Amino acid sequence: MTGLGVSDLTVRFGSTVAVDHVDLDVPAGSVVAVLGPSGCGKSTLLRAVAGLEVPASGSIRYDGRDLAGTPTHKRGFALMFQDGQLFEHLDVAANVGYPLRLRHQSKAVRHRRVEGLLALVGLEGYADRSPGTLSGGERQRVALARALAVDPRLLLLDEPLSALDRGLRERLAGDLHDILRAAGATAMLVTHDQEEAFAVADRMAVMREGRIVQGGTLDEVWRGPADGWTAQFLGYATVLGGAAARRLRELAAPTETWEAVALRRSALRVDPAGLLTARVEEARVTPDQIRVQLDVDGAGSLPGVADPGTDVRVGAHVRVSIDTSRIAPVPDDG
Amino acid sequence: MIGLGWASPPAHRLGTAALAAVPLAALVLFFLYPVGGMLARGFWPEGSFAPGEVLEVLGRPRVHRVLWFTLWSAVSATFVAVLVGLPVAFALHRLLFPGRDLVRALVVVPFVLPTVVVGVAFRQLIAPSGPLGSLGLDGTAIAIVAALVFFNISVVVRTVGAFWETIDPRREEAAAALGASPWQVLRTVTLPALLPGIVSAASVVFLFCATSFGVVLTMGGLRYANVETEIYLLTTQELDLSGAAALSVLQVLVIVALLALSARVRRSTAPVDRSTRRVPRPRRAHLPVLLWTATVVVFLMAPLASLVIASLRRGERWGLQNYRALGTTGERNALLVPATDGLLNSLGIALVASLLSLTLGSIVAFLVSRPAGGRTTGLLDGLFMLPLGVSAVTVGFGFLITLDRPPLDLRSSALLIPIAQAMVALPLVVRTVGPVLRSIDDRQRQAASSLGAGPMRVLLTVDLPVAWRALLAALGFAFAVSLGEFGATSFLARDDNPTLPVVIYRLIGQPGAENFGMAMAASVVLATTTAAVMFAVQRLRVGSMGAF
Repeated sequence: MTGLGVSDLTVRFGSTVAVDHVDLDVPAGSVVAVLGPSGCGKSTLLRAVAGLEVPASGSIRYDGRDLAGTPTHKRGFALMFQDGQLFEHLDVAANVGYPLRLRHQSKAVRHRRVEGLLALVGLEGYADRSPGTLSGGERQRVALARALAVDPRLLLLDEPLSALDRGLRERLAGDLHDILRAAGATAMLVTHDQEEAFAVADRMAVMREGRIVQGGTLDEVWRGPADGWTAQFLGYATVLGGAAARRLRELAAPTETWEAVALRRSALRVDPAGLLTARVEEARVTPDQIRVQLDVDGAGSLPGVADPGTDVRVGAHVRVSIDTSRIAPVPDDG
Repeated sequence: MIGLGWASPPAHRLGTAALAAVPLAALVLFFLYPVGGMLARGFWPEGSFAPGEVLEVLGRPRVHRVLWFTLWSAVSATFVAVLVGLPVAFALHRLLFPGRDLVRALVVVPFVLPTVVVGVAFRQLIAPSGPLGSLGLDGTAIAIVAALVFFNISVVVRTVGAFWETIDPRREEAAAALGASPWQVLRTVTLPALLPGIVSAASVVFLFCATSFGVVLTMGGLRYANVETEIYLLTTQELDLSGAAALSVLQVLVIVALLALSARVRRSTAPVDRSTRRVPRPRRAHLPVLLWTATVVVFLMAPLASLVIASLRRGERWGLQNYRALGTTGERNALLVPATDGLLNSLGIALVASLLSLTLGSIVAFLVSRPAGGRTTGLLDGLFMLPLGVSAVTVGFGFLITLDRPPLDLRSSALLIPIAQAMVALPLVVRTVGPVLRSIDDRQRQAASSLGAGPMRVLLTVDLPVAWRALLAALGFAFAVSLGEFGATSFLARDDNPTLPVVIYRLIGQPGAENFGMAMAASVVLATTTAAVMFAVQRLRVGSMGAF
């Protein structure tokens, strides 16, 4: 197999197990996100791949070659941190050119490459700036250009966008997606933010308490969360089980057999043609839609939405439809 | 001026000025005035201004030799101390291993050891009869440089180490991941980031070496003198005040320039961010650094070990007789009072001196840690660093000639020595407490005051909970420094009322095996007392202590 292969990897800190028998593949040319809450061990996994933590057991291979004896600087990877970790004593061009200088590239080659990289990340004309004068988003772009400078076999991204504010994060996530594809990079991204994972990666692994609980393409993970916890972590608003789930299944998908289901907020919509009946418990207007809390007959209190202008006063009885593309069956874990 | 009103209302500013007046008055009265008086004696020898004599002094061949030796010994000692100390700083501040805290404490001990003790200990080690006698180092310049290095390694370790802790290790990891070998990471990332810390440490070490007194006096003999011992010699032996004044002025000028330089470097560094990052355990690659650290610890402990051994023997006889003799006045009454009186005296003086310098120093630290003070606080900070570099001998002699008549006749006052020592310890207190107060986000004070806390309340509820450890550490540090202070005290202590360092210096100047044995025993007692204080202080874990 080409690309990164992690198998049965365990990393311990004293008696705590940070990474617990993890298997993970990052095929060449793909971008894989490891998604998990803080403290789940995802950063430790990334650091072990970079050679910054020594595994207790298991193996890390690249293109089939075991990396156990290879120190960080000889792995041919590049690492980008949440806060960039730019070298403050060097200007932007020297930061980006740093890995090139390590490889004794000529000044002319370096200059050309740095120009090209700065253009790639949208920072033309920033070459002479000092890192101290850059905004958070600009710093991350410089860090990305620096990481891409020597065409790393594998790009390791540690929460690359988490330190940025929301609007910037969304924009940069899109840019990051395009830049990685344009550079043809193989990358492993760890993040706690599912939106960041969905915006940047094409495969994803969900990590919890040191273990990978689910892996696959974005679509596979999204359509079939491994369990209720994963579904909620991925951004599903509610997970239903038992009688309420059965009632929903009978009404919405009589041909299916699931016993529990995860619903996005927009799965239930106030709709005069809907099959369910409900009483409005709460309604809050947002710019796009009205967010409601509904007491659905037979299924209990569930979140839902209504189009702007719909009459959803508290206490009103309404009909509700289910959008089956916005629900996902999950294994019933009781 | 809506919205800015809270920052500095007139009453607030007035309060600040009143607060600043206390330490400023002390500095003027007990530092600038005596030093000024000493210099004036040189420039106005017969009551008339005669700068020519001062300039003439600088042309003397002997003075050239003294200047050259001062420069040479200080530069080489600084260079060696930095080189030796850097790996130790790494091991003690970037690795976690069992016994690290103990080693940290051991490394600090030499810095607070009384200079006289260090001189005696080194001579004991390298004397022809000592364990390293075969090296033939006794009375050489190399021995003096080694002793200076011994003293100042801890300054390098603490200062650079504290700096090293604030550098995010992920920056180095990023470089390694980009393909930099450990050596390249060190050269291209770590050292440039450490540079301000190194420059800061080097300038302070240079300062200490260039103004060291006790070590050069006890080890240099008649052959080697630096500016400091020369000032002592000129004032006490040759009564050549013009010569002493000339050297003092030169010293002050060089030191002010150095302090300005080091303040400039310090300003350009980011505020300390207390990272709670996990410090790694050593790997096999760290073995050379750990071995180096172990060697340095041996180097630091060897003179002390030889001191202890010497204190336990007299001639061929082993035992505690030297310690028992401390209750006497020595062979042929070398002392006027028993050595134990000197110890009690030292403890009492150190207590008063450390409380004094803590009071003054914490006020200064409080003032210079206020944000947005700008130029004024910078000036204040620099002003209170002056005692760090001005010859303690000059201070001591200045006390003697200026504070001996009304309105300030302190000659017979019991407070004379504590005050002088408090001035010497003052910069260390400011440097220990200041960074800790500065590390408090000012918005916490603003939040407290917006919730209705008055200035005093803010101090008690925001500053004090963070700063009490630093205050306690500064008190202990000042106590230890004052216990060992020799330069100024040697002028001010009377023979019927000496401090322990003075007793030791007197004993080694007298013939007789008993006196020598007593000096060794007294040195061990003094070193143990200071070390015990430093161990206690070390438990408080104040990063800024002993760092500059």
